[in-house]
Amino acid sequence: MDLLQRNYFELLAIPAQFNIDLALLDQHYRQLQTEVHPDRFVNASPNERMQSMQVATQVNAAYQTLKNMTARARYLLQLNGVDTLDENNTIMPTDFLMQQMQWREVIEDANTHHDIASLDALLNEVRSIAKSLALELNTQFNLKTYLDASETVRKLSFIDKIISDINHAIETLEN
Amino acid sequence: MAYSDKVLDHYENPRNVGTLDKNDPNVGTGMVGAPACGDVMKLQIKVNDSGIIEDAKFKTYGCGSAIASSSLVTEWLKGKTLDQAAEIKNSAIAEELALPPVKIHCSVLAEDAIKAAVADLKSKQPA
Repeated sequence: MDLLQRNYFELLAIPAQFNIDLALLDQHYRQLQTEVHPDRFVNASPNERMQSMQVATQVNAAYQTLKNMTARARYLLQLNGVDTLDENNTIMPTDFLMQQMQWREVIEDANTHHDIASLDALLNEVRSIAKSLALELNTQFNLKTYLDASETVRKLSFIDKIISDINHAIETLEN
Repeated sequence: MAYSDKVLDHYENPRNVGTLDKNDPNVGTGMVGAPACGDVMKLQIKVNDSGIIEDAKFKTYGCGSAIASSSLVTEWLKGKTLDQAAEIKNSAIAEELALPPVKIHCSVLAEDAIKAAVADLKSKQPA
Protein backbone atom coordinates (compact mmCIF):
# COMPACT_ATOMS: atom_id res chain seq x y z
CA MET A 1 0.00 0.00 0.00
CA ASP A 2 1.92 3.03 -1.21
CA LEU A 3 -1.08 5.32 -0.83
CA LEU A 4 0.57 7.11 2.10
CA GLN A 5 3.40 8.31 -0.13
CA ARG A 6 1.10 10.07 -2.55
CA ASN A 7 0.26 13.73 -2.41
CA TYR A 8 -3.39 14.73 -1.92
CA PHE A 9 -4.08 15.23 -5.62
CA GLU A 10 -2.53 11.87 -6.52
CA LEU A 11 -4.37 10.16 -3.70
CA LEU A 12 -7.74 11.36 -4.94
CA ALA A 13 -6.77 11.03 -8.62
CA ILE A 14 -7.43 14.71 -9.39
CA PRO A 15 -5.17 16.77 -11.69
CA ALA A 16 -2.89 18.95 -9.54
CA GLN A 17 -4.28 22.33 -10.50
CA PHE A 18 -6.24 25.12 -8.84
CA ASN A 19 -9.52 24.73 -10.72
CA ILE A 20 -10.75 21.22 -10.09
CA ASP A 21 -13.90 19.28 -10.82
CA LEU A 22 -15.57 19.19 -7.40
CA ALA A 23 -18.08 16.53 -8.47
CA LEU A 24 -15.21 14.28 -9.53
CA LEU A 25 -13.46 14.98 -6.22
CA ASP A 26 -16.57 13.89 -4.31
CA GLN A 27 -16.92 10.78 -6.44
CA HIS A 28 -13.29 9.69 -6.02
CA TYR A 29 -13.41 10.45 -2.31
CA ARG A 30 -16.44 8.25 -1.76
CA GLN A 31 -14.93 5.39 -3.77
CA LEU A 32 -11.65 5.55 -1.90
CA GLN A 33 -13.34 5.94 1.45
CA THR A 34 -15.24 2.69 0.85
CA GLU A 35 -12.09 0.88 -0.24
CA VAL A 36 -10.01 1.86 2.76
CA HIS A 37 -12.71 1.93 5.41
CA PRO A 38 -11.42 0.29 8.63
CA ASP A 39 -14.60 -1.87 8.74
CA ARG A 40 -13.22 -3.82 5.78
CA PHE A 41 -10.11 -4.69 7.72
CA VAL A 42 -11.61 -6.14 10.91
CA ASN A 43 -10.24 -9.57 10.06
CA ALA A 44 -6.92 -8.34 8.72
CA SER A 45 -3.61 -8.45 10.57
CA PRO A 46 -2.97 -5.72 13.16
CA ASN A 47 -0.42 -4.22 10.81
CA GLU A 48 -2.88 -4.01 7.92
CA ARG A 49 -5.54 -2.61 10.21
CA MET A 50 -3.17 0.10 11.34
CA GLN A 51 -2.27 0.94 7.75
CA SER A 52 -5.88 1.10 6.63
CA MET A 53 -6.57 3.47 9.50
CA GLN A 54 -3.68 5.73 8.47
CA VAL A 55 -4.79 5.74 4.86
CA ALA A 56 -8.39 6.51 5.83
CA THR A 57 -7.16 9.47 7.88
CA GLN A 58 -4.98 10.64 5.00
CA VAL A 59 -7.89 10.36 2.55
CA ASN A 60 -10.07 12.51 4.81
CA ALA A 61 -7.34 15.13 5.20
CA ALA A 62 -6.83 15.15 1.42
CA TYR A 63 -10.54 15.61 0.78
CA GLN A 64 -10.94 18.41 3.35
CA THR A 65 -7.94 20.23 1.89
CA LEU A 66 -8.87 19.92 -1.78
CA LYS A 67 -12.56 20.68 -1.26
CA ASN A 68 -11.83 24.10 0.22
CA MET A 69 -10.59 26.63 -2.33
CA THR A 70 -8.21 28.47 0.00
CA ALA A 71 -6.77 25.31 1.53
CA ARG A 72 -6.37 23.78 -1.94
CA ALA A 73 -4.48 26.84 -3.19
CA ARG A 74 -2.27 26.87 -0.09
CA TYR A 75 -1.50 23.17 -0.59
CA LEU A 76 -0.80 23.59 -4.29
CA LEU A 77 1.65 26.39 -3.49
CA GLN A 78 3.31 24.15 -0.93
CA LEU A 79 3.74 21.44 -3.60
CA ASN A 80 5.44 24.11 -5.71
CA GLY A 81 7.77 25.00 -2.86
CA VAL A 82 6.04 28.20 -1.76
CA ASP A 83 4.99 28.71 1.87
CA THR A 84 2.09 31.18 2.22
CA LEU A 85 3.45 32.23 5.66
CA ASP A 86 0.00 32.62 7.18
CA GLU A 87 1.56 32.71 10.64
CA ASN A 88 4.37 35.18 10.10
CA ASN A 89 3.54 37.43 7.21
CA THR A 90 1.56 40.28 8.72
CA ILE A 91 2.20 42.87 6.04
CA MET A 92 -0.83 43.17 3.82
CA PRO A 93 -1.73 46.06 1.50
CA THR A 94 -3.02 48.88 3.73
CA ASP A 95 -6.19 49.43 1.72
CA PHE A 96 -7.02 45.74 2.07
CA LEU A 97 -6.58 45.90 5.85
CA MET A 98 -8.58 49.15 6.06
CA GLN A 99 -11.40 47.36 4.31
CA GLN A 100 -11.17 44.47 6.78
CA MET A 101 -11.47 47.02 9.60
CA GLN A 102 -14.50 48.65 7.99
CA TRP A 103 -16.23 45.31 7.50
CA ARG A 104 -15.57 44.40 11.13
CA GLU A 105 -17.15 47.72 12.15
CA VAL A 106 -20.22 46.93 10.03
CA ILE A 107 -20.55 43.56 11.82
CA GLU A 108 -20.17 45.26 15.19
CA ASP A 109 -22.83 47.89 14.39
CA ALA A 110 -25.16 45.26 12.97
CA ASN A 111 -24.82 43.21 16.15
CA THR A 112 -25.64 46.26 18.27
CA HIS A 113 -28.68 47.19 16.18
CA HIS A 114 -29.88 43.65 15.38
CA ASP A 115 -29.54 44.57 11.75
CA ILE A 116 -29.60 41.31 9.79
CA ALA A 117 -30.23 43.10 6.47
CA SER A 118 -26.90 44.87 6.54
CA LEU A 119 -25.14 41.61 7.45
CA ASP A 120 -26.78 39.96 4.42
CA ALA A 121 -25.64 42.84 2.23
CA LEU A 122 -22.11 42.59 3.61
CA LEU A 123 -22.09 38.84 3.02
CA ASN A 124 -22.98 39.39 -0.64
CA GLU A 125 -20.28 42.00 -1.00
CA VAL A 126 -17.61 39.83 0.61
CA ARG A 127 -18.64 36.78 -1.41
CA SER A 128 -18.34 38.68 -4.67
CA ILE A 129 -14.84 39.77 -3.65
CA ALA A 130 -13.99 36.15 -2.83
CA LYS A 131 -15.11 35.22 -6.36
CA SER A 132 -12.91 37.81 -8.01
CA LEU A 133 -9.95 36.73 -5.84
CA ALA A 134 -10.55 33.15 -7.00
CA LEU A 135 -10.36 34.28 -10.63
CA GLU A 136 -7.18 36.18 -9.87
CA LEU A 137 -5.72 33.12 -8.19
CA ASN A 138 -6.52 30.92 -11.16
CA THR A 139 -4.69 33.31 -13.47
CA GLN A 140 -1.73 33.46 -11.08
CA PHE A 141 -1.48 29.66 -10.98
CA ASN A 142 -1.68 29.50 -14.77
CA LEU A 143 1.11 32.07 -15.07
CA LYS A 144 3.04 30.34 -12.24
CA THR A 145 3.42 33.68 -10.44
CA TYR A 146 3.45 31.90 -7.11
CA LEU A 147 4.45 34.82 -4.90
CA ASP A 148 1.46 36.81 -6.15
CA ALA A 149 -0.69 33.72 -5.64
CA SER A 150 0.64 33.46 -2.11
CA GLU A 151 -0.57 36.99 -1.33
CA THR A 152 -3.97 36.22 -2.83
CA VAL A 153 -4.20 33.12 -0.61
CA ARG A 154 -3.46 35.29 2.43
CA LYS A 155 -6.23 37.68 1.36
CA LEU A 156 -8.61 34.75 0.95
CA SER A 157 -7.76 33.59 4.48
CA PHE A 158 -9.05 36.93 5.80
CA ILE A 159 -12.11 36.70 3.56
CA ASP A 160 -12.92 33.15 4.74
CA LYS A 161 -12.69 34.29 8.34
CA ILE A 162 -14.95 37.27 7.82
CA ILE A 163 -17.51 35.16 5.93
CA SER A 164 -17.64 32.72 8.82
CA ASP A 165 -17.92 35.61 11.31
CA ILE A 166 -20.78 37.18 9.34
CA ASN A 167 -22.60 33.84 9.14
CA HIS A 168 -22.11 33.37 12.85
CA ALA A 169 -23.44 36.88 13.57
CA ILE A 170 -26.51 36.25 11.39
CA GLU A 171 -27.22 32.92 13.11
CA THR A 172 -26.87 34.50 16.53
CA LEU A 173 -29.23 37.36 15.66
CA GLU A 174 -31.79 35.02 14.11
CA ASN A 175 -32.02 32.89 17.23
CA MET B 1 -8.16 27.46 26.41
CA ALA B 2 -7.64 29.50 29.54
CA TYR B 3 -6.32 33.03 29.20
CA SER B 4 -3.83 34.35 31.73
CA ASP B 5 -5.00 36.97 34.25
CA LYS B 6 -3.02 39.65 32.46
CA VAL B 7 -4.63 38.83 29.11
CA LEU B 8 -8.07 38.91 30.73
CA ASP B 9 -7.30 42.23 32.41
CA HIS B 10 -6.29 43.88 29.12
CA TYR B 11 -9.14 42.18 27.29
CA GLU B 12 -11.76 43.36 29.75
CA ASN B 13 -10.24 46.80 30.29
CA PRO B 14 -8.32 47.57 27.14
CA ARG B 15 -6.08 50.64 27.52
CA ASN B 16 -5.85 53.34 24.88
CA VAL B 17 -8.49 52.17 22.45
CA GLY B 18 -9.11 54.80 19.83
CA THR B 19 -7.85 56.67 16.84
CA LEU B 20 -5.38 59.48 16.24
CA ASP B 21 -5.43 61.75 13.20
CA LYS B 22 -3.51 59.79 10.61
CA ASN B 23 -2.82 62.98 8.63
CA ASP B 24 -1.04 64.64 11.56
CA PRO B 25 2.70 64.77 10.69
CA ASN B 26 3.50 63.71 14.26
CA VAL B 27 1.33 60.59 14.04
CA GLY B 28 2.49 57.26 12.67
CA THR B 29 -0.02 54.56 11.74
CA GLY B 30 0.71 50.85 11.50
CA MET B 31 -1.85 48.45 10.02
CA VAL B 32 -1.11 44.75 10.11
CA GLY B 33 -3.11 41.55 9.85
CA ALA B 34 -2.69 37.86 10.59
CA PRO B 35 -4.03 35.65 7.78
CA ALA B 36 -4.00 32.58 10.04
CA CYS B 37 -6.78 33.95 12.24
CA GLY B 38 -8.07 36.97 10.30
CA ASP B 39 -7.05 39.38 13.05
CA VAL B 40 -6.57 43.02 12.06
CA MET B 41 -4.64 45.52 14.16
CA LYS B 42 -4.23 49.28 13.82
CA LEU B 43 -1.65 50.92 16.05
CA GLN B 44 -0.98 54.65 16.11
CA ILE B 45 1.73 56.62 17.87
CA LYS B 46 2.13 60.36 18.34
CA VAL B 47 5.50 61.93 19.07
CA ASN B 48 6.21 65.33 20.66
CA ASP B 49 8.78 67.80 19.33
CA SER B 50 11.62 65.99 21.14
CA GLY B 51 10.78 62.76 19.35
CA ILE B 52 9.30 61.06 22.42
CA ILE B 53 6.09 59.05 22.01
CA GLU B 54 3.47 60.90 24.04
CA ASP B 55 0.38 59.03 22.96
CA ALA B 56 -0.50 55.63 21.53
CA LYS B 57 -3.87 54.27 20.45
CA PHE B 58 -5.01 50.99 19.00
CA LYS B 59 -7.96 49.31 17.41
CA THR B 60 -7.86 45.55 17.06
CA TYR B 61 -10.35 43.04 15.77
CA GLY B 62 -9.29 39.62 16.91
CA CYS B 63 -8.98 37.24 19.80
CA GLY B 64 -8.33 38.14 23.42
CA SER B 65 -4.58 37.65 23.03
CA ALA B 66 -4.39 40.00 20.05
CA ILE B 67 -6.36 42.67 21.90
CA ALA B 68 -4.25 42.23 25.05
CA SER B 69 -0.99 42.36 23.04
CA SER B 70 -1.94 45.65 21.40
CA SER B 71 -3.32 47.13 24.61
CA LEU B 72 -0.10 46.25 26.45
CA VAL B 73 2.20 47.78 23.85
CA THR B 74 0.30 51.07 23.85
CA GLU B 75 1.22 51.31 27.54
CA TRP B 76 4.83 50.37 26.89
CA LEU B 77 5.23 52.80 23.99
CA LYS B 78 4.49 55.99 25.91
CA GLY B 79 7.66 57.82 26.93
CA LYS B 80 9.88 55.90 24.49
CA THR B 81 11.87 57.25 21.54
CA LEU B 82 11.13 55.76 18.12
CA ASP B 83 14.31 53.70 18.24
CA GLN B 84 13.43 52.33 21.67
CA ALA B 85 9.93 51.55 20.39
CA ALA B 86 11.30 49.62 17.45
CA GLU B 87 13.29 47.47 19.86
CA ILE B 88 10.18 46.00 21.52
CA LYS B 89 10.24 42.28 20.79
CA ASN B 90 7.30 39.95 20.50
CA SER B 91 8.99 37.59 22.98
CA ALA B 92 8.76 40.28 25.69
CA ILE B 93 5.05 40.76 24.96
CA ALA B 94 4.41 37.01 24.97
CA GLU B 95 6.30 36.63 28.24
CA GLU B 96 4.51 39.52 29.98
CA LEU B 97 1.10 38.13 28.98
CA ALA B 98 2.09 34.47 29.45
CA LEU B 99 0.84 33.63 25.96
CA PRO B 100 0.68 29.93 25.06
CA PRO B 101 2.59 28.79 21.93
CA VAL B 102 -0.54 28.85 19.71
CA LYS B 103 -1.01 32.55 20.54
CA ILE B 104 2.56 33.69 19.94
CA HIS B 105 1.52 35.02 16.53
CA CYS B 106 -0.64 37.63 18.32
CA SER B 107 2.49 39.10 19.90
CA VAL B 108 4.23 38.98 16.51
CA LEU B 109 1.33 40.99 15.14
CA ALA B 110 1.81 43.64 17.85
CA GLU B 111 5.58 43.85 17.23
CA ASP B 112 4.99 44.22 13.49
CA ALA B 113 2.35 46.90 14.13
CA ILE B 114 4.88 48.94 16.14
CA LYS B 115 7.47 48.59 13.36
CA ALA B 116 4.91 49.65 10.75
CA ALA B 117 3.82 52.68 12.82
CA VAL B 118 7.43 53.76 13.41
CA ALA B 119 8.25 53.35 9.70
CA ASP B 120 5.18 55.37 8.73
CA LEU B 121 6.12 58.15 11.14
CA LYS B 122 9.74 58.24 9.98
CA SER B 123 8.62 58.45 6.36
CA LYS B 124 6.57 61.53 7.27
CA GLN B 125 9.29 63.38 9.12
CA PRO B 126 12.15 65.32 7.56
CA ALA B 127 15.40 63.39 7.82
